[in-house]
Amino acid sequence: MQTKRECTQLLDYLSEYLDDELEDEQLCAEIESHLESCENCRVVVDTLKKTISLYQSAAEKTDLPEGVRKRLYHRLDLSEFQNPGR
Amino acid sequence: MNETTQQPQDLSLPDLRAGDREEFAKLVDAHSDKIYRLALKMLGNQQDAEDVLQETFIKAYRALPEFEGRSKISTWLYRIATNQALMLIRGRDKPPASIDAEKIDDQGQAYTPLNLTDWCCLPEDEYLTAEAVAYLDRAVEQLPEAMKVTFLLRDIEGLSTAETARVLEVSESAVKTRLSRARLRLRELLSGYYGQKAESVPVDFRRRGQTN
Repeated sequence: MQTKRECTQLLDYLSEYLDDELEDEQLCAEIESHLESCENCRVVVDTLKKTISLYQSAAEKTDLPEGVRKRLYHRLDLSEFQNPGR
Repeated sequence: MNETTQQPQDLSLPDLRAGDREEFAKLVDAHSDKIYRLALKMLGNQQDAEDVLQETFIKAYRALPEFEGRSKISTWLYRIATNQALMLIRGRDKPPASIDAEKIDDQGQAYTPLNLTDWCCLPEDEYLTAEAVAYLDRAVEQLPEAMKVTFLLRDIEGLSTAETARVLEVSESAVKTRLSRARLRLRELLSGYYGQKAESVPVDFRRRGQTN
């Protein structure tokens, strides 16, 4: 049975674990083992992953508005090089 | 020893340094979307983001003759843009939340998740509605500046830990700590929002969602 203290200790490493940047293999195995038995931590990991992926998906929809692009090229005196296809 | 970092093949660093305007236009074309997005998320205001975008490339053009190529040119541009955005934030009425002032936060207590609702089971089209995207933006705006810019550079712009550390001129360890705290705070905020929606999803659908 995992205790709450173990959950909070492992919490500090979850972000690195998700990025595959955790160099301590033993700690990595410990997290995986913990996740199999701790429902609360599994929910935190799943919703943490979902949080990151939602922000990445939303960011892909943020384009540079055409007016902003035109004014930028104008300000930089680069209007002649602005790609007309964009 | 050659300390120059390899730059994108379609950009000529010598031409950029020499002030070649066509080459500079290629640089602007390749990076303006990302710089604008970073500024918009940092500042939460389109006009300010546009100002930062313009100032970043004006400063870059002036500084290019001295750019030694020790970092990727994108990392260098992000550093200029980040500093520009932070200057704007510090100039606003509210007290500045400086990167340095938040150093103490890196040593603070671990953040404990309070909301343990599993909201990964919603229908996909409910995650990124206009209302939800506005909520995502508001949640980022609530982060302290150091956490916010770290999250934006790592998770939105896709910079590595090392690149983010170079942009912000902090240690890689500080980047990892701030990123972890930012992600956990955002998760908590999003759990409040999506958790309510998840509770209204029929149980049968939740089970199907979890198996996908």
